[in-house]
Amino acid sequence: MPGFFSPFITKPDSVSQIMLKVLLALIPGIALYVWHFGPAILVSITLASLTALATEALMLRLRNRPIAPFLKDNSALLTGWLLALSIPPLAPWWLVVIGTAFAISVSKHLYGGLGNNPFNPAMIGYAVLIISFPVQMTQWLSPHGMGSVELGFIEQLNYIFLGVFPEGIKLDALTMATPLDTLKTQLHLDGQIREILDMPIYGRLAGHGSEMVAAGFLLGGLYLLATRIISWHIPVVYLGTLFAVAGLFHLLDPAHYVEPLFHWFSGAAMIGAFFILTDPITSPTTHKGKLIFAFGAGLLTYLIRAFGGFPDGMAFATLLMNICVPLIDAYTQPKVFGKKGQKS
Amino acid sequence: MRTLYPFHGGIHPASNKAQSNHKPIAQAALPSRLVIPLHQHVGNSAKPVVEIGQCVLKGQIIGAPEGHVSSAVHAPTSGVIAAIDMQPVAHPSGIPDLCITLIPDGNDEWIAREPCDDWKALAHTDLRHRLRAAGVVGLGGAAFPSDMKLYAHKHKIKTLVLNGAECEPYITCDDLLMRERAAEILQGAEIMCALLYAEEVLIGIEDNKPEAIAAMRAAVLDGKYERMEVVAVPTIYPGGGAKQLIRVLTGIEVAAGVRSTNLGVQCFNVGTAYSTWRAIRHGEPLISRIVTVTGNVGQPQNFEALLGTPVNELVAQAEQLPDTRGYIMGGPMMGIRLPSAQVGVIKATNCLIAMSDSLFPPALPALPCIRCTRCVDVCPAELQPQELFWFAQSKNLLKAQEYHLFDCIECGACSYVCPSNIPLVEYYRFAKSEIWAQETSKKAADAARERHEYREQRIEREKQEKAEKLAAKEKAALDAKAQKSASPPPTPLPPAGEGASVSDAPVDADPEDTMHLKIQAAIDHAKQQAAGSKPGNTEQLTPQQQAEIAEIDARRTRIRELALSSVNEHTKE
Amino acid sequence: MLSALLVMAAIAIALGAVLGFAAIKFHVEGNPLVEKIDAVLPQTQCGQCGFPGCKPYATAIAEGVADINLCPPGGEEGIHKLADLLGVDFKPFGGDTTPKPKAVAFIDENNCIGCTLCIQACPVDAIVGAAKQMHTIIAAECTGCELCVAPCPVDCIDMVKIAENISNWKWKYPVYALTPSK
Repeated sequence: MPGFFSPFITKPDSVSQIMLKVLLALIPGIALYVWHFGPAILVSITLASLTALATEALMLRLRNRPIAPFLKDNSALLTGWLLALSIPPLAPWWLVVIGTAFAISVSKHLYGGLGNNPFNPAMIGYAVLIISFPVQMTQWLSPHGMGSVELGFIEQLNYIFLGVFPEGIKLDALTMATPLDTLKTQLHLDGQIREILDMPIYGRLAGHGSEMVAAGFLLGGLYLLATRIISWHIPVVYLGTLFAVAGLFHLLDPAHYVEPLFHWFSGAAMIGAFFILTDPITSPTTHKGKLIFAFGAGLLTYLIRAFGGFPDGMAFATLLMNICVPLIDAYTQPKVFGKKGQKS
Repeated sequence: MRTLYPFHGGIHPASNKAQSNHKPIAQAALPSRLVIPLHQHVGNSAKPVVEIGQCVLKGQIIGAPEGHVSSAVHAPTSGVIAAIDMQPVAHPSGIPDLCITLIPDGNDEWIAREPCDDWKALAHTDLRHRLRAAGVVGLGGAAFPSDMKLYAHKHKIKTLVLNGAECEPYITCDDLLMRERAAEILQGAEIMCALLYAEEVLIGIEDNKPEAIAAMRAAVLDGKYERMEVVAVPTIYPGGGAKQLIRVLTGIEVAAGVRSTNLGVQCFNVGTAYSTWRAIRHGEPLISRIVTVTGNVGQPQNFEALLGTPVNELVAQAEQLPDTRGYIMGGPMMGIRLPSAQVGVIKATNCLIAMSDSLFPPALPALPCIRCTRCVDVCPAELQPQELFWFAQSKNLLKAQEYHLFDCIECGACSYVCPSNIPLVEYYRFAKSEIWAQETSKKAADAARERHEYREQRIEREKQEKAEKLAAKEKAALDAKAQKSASPPPTPLPPAGEGASVSDAPVDADPEDTMHLKIQAAIDHAKQQAAGSKPGNTEQLTPQQQAEIAEIDARRTRIRELALSSVNEHTKE
Repeated sequence: MLSALLVMAAIAIALGAVLGFAAIKFHVEGNPLVEKIDAVLPQTQCGQCGFPGCKPYATAIAEGVADINLCPPGGEEGIHKLADLLGVDFKPFGGDTTPKPKAVAFIDENNCIGCTLCIQACPVDAIVGAAKQMHTIIAAECTGCELCVAPCPVDCIDMVKIAENISNWKWKYPVYALTPSK
């Protein structure tokens, strides 16, 4: 019987509040996203949220679990938001729905629901989509003032839901490769870093517009750190590793390896460092484990970006490190009170 | 300024001490009856030494200590013993235990006491004996017999820690005791210090009790105690846990299963020091204690209450509010919910909290663990509470032990911070008691195996001895026959029976063979008997009836065999 | 070709020799599995499994002759332990074998005629008494096997359930509030 035994008091804190704060922390990044890329992303987020909640409710029903308390915990919403933010905003509606539904149903509920999923559901959703629908997953909107044409909100909705464009406009005119993708392609074509970065899609540090979105996520991440929703271990070590490894390569060969700050502010590095890797369910529980986990993720992100087949390595780095979590936890158990001098 | 060694973790719940700490300690009114449990301490239950209807005086022993670790129980006032029976007691199980019910006569007449003006003249064993006889136990909540903790060799113990931290919310009884009776606490500490040959006494008080710190410091100065120091320690729960306070004051970590005395530290609650002084100096046994009555009451305050005072009568004196729905004994973090309002105050009762839904809202439903490790951040034992929870939840007790389940002090900090509202401590308690139970049954099984094996051996040995005896007898008989038929031999035979050994007799018949022959004969006989007596109505039976008959027959045969073998044995002997 | 065959053969012989050596060097006397199984059994020696005691049952399990779900005093927990130990699936109790709450035998001393039959039946020597003297059970040593009940010619032995008291009370498994009510 709950509440019959001590302790009789609890801190007014709950899973839904934690998740809500994480959602709030995403808002600066989303706001900057809208500012630079237009409101299409809001449509994706809404679509993902609705799909996430519906799938969650359906799965809970199928699993014969109470629905209300789990829907209120905001975890499905967070998965939806994170996935929506990693998909091109002008993606067709079914892409968002398939990704979110897969993330919630397969990678969350088939593993036992909240708290039991070994892999980050949003990243699983992303991985499934990028492997299954590579074309749609690389149609990124150009930032304001970059593309040759720009669509109004209604026209965007028309495309997302009906796949129709206004007369005389083609998709290619609206979209472009991401900064990381462009870099990779250009390096393949024997370009030099300095020349590539002079291209109009690059801003001060990384991609024009996208660097500001990353900065927005950094801001939100700092809020999470300040409110102790997350600990410093993962973001600091992840970004530190990424910086160090990128810096090392950059020092060795500045013509072919871009500088470390570029890596910080492009792709999913920032949102990953503060919002994805820090997902408590899929990251280690010990401090030492978190350090190892973040180090591995940072290293893998860089290796995939610099040498792998995909432009960004965040999602796969996360998933690969997720696999290692139980092992990391088992080997990093700290010494307990009064037994620090002893050998375990 | 002394260096402090803060421990890992801890929480800052709302202290709720202000309600009850501004009023002086009040004397509780004499209750209508006293319900005194005989098991108020760690160790064996005290044995009742009074009878129903007997008149007892205040301070008279009514329960004598039984065995090594035990403590005496006394009549808190003069009166008549009304009952010695099972009553609800302050235990989480709600199972009743043996209690003595005393109806006060109102005279409050003391038994002859044995005061002592100069305790330094008494031998240490005598002092310890007096403490045991006075029923002095740890008043911080553990209720371990104090005399047991006051053994020490010279120079083994450096520091005596006096625990006045009182970290749990709501409780103020030690605070008030220190404010009002500081001098007597220090005198008690002086006795303890002498018994332990300790070099220094550190009195740890949380810095949210400035009045108590000031009072104790003044008393140290007044008494010119050079080896005593009052140390203000940071306010953090569970800073008043013995292990945590020792760590804060000395930097020494006492691991689970290790005695702090082996590391040169011993720890007592300030209330225990006070009771020690009353017991030695005035010869007063432990019959009352300071109890904070707070929570859903109009006048929260501290009472000096007789042990055995029914909770409802005590809480009524603090003007209990109508929407009270239960009582917590102890603090809200580690206390227990009382099974009944008639439970008597015991030596470990430091606080009584009247519960209402507004003060203690019902627990929210638990969600799954999201591995957020807020529990790791607050665990003072530096455990991984989430791992322990998973192991306890899946009843993987071995793994739970591997992850140091028994280092858990059940402070409840993890449950307090858990955003999923998981009753973590309950899982640990469950796992611990399950492991204890398994260990007990394992021990019982081992003992049973040993006894069984010993029995088998004995039966084997007896069989062999019997066979040897039988063989010797038979041989003697054969020899006698041979003698009769043949001419009398020149040499006398060895005496048959008890004294005869097999080796003495000439070996012409294997004793094993004769034995088998005998047994076979017995079996044949039994078979003949069985064949001779066949029941008549055994035809045309249903299979069910047949089965029943078979079962009954089997049982009969077994009984018969057992009976026969016993009869045989008796007749042979 | 030939050299490859020779190398393979040499490796095979060497490994075979190592295995043979290990078998001799690390040879274990007796059957340690029986001991391990016996350690899990509750040692009531009651024979309810159909074997004359716990050790014979352990031997039978080790030899694969007996099932793991034949020991009612061990309870379901005991079956779980055996399943874990042997790496087999848990098997619930069969139709007529069910675990009973732990009990101890109690002799009604008014009716005891001092026949010593129960003393001989007790597998753990937990009954004291002599011929034509009253017998009594040492409750602390009684395993609750019930073997003494049947032999008693005057039916004076009862099995008394061990009631829950403060010292043997166990904390219950916390109820998970979110499991469906169905």
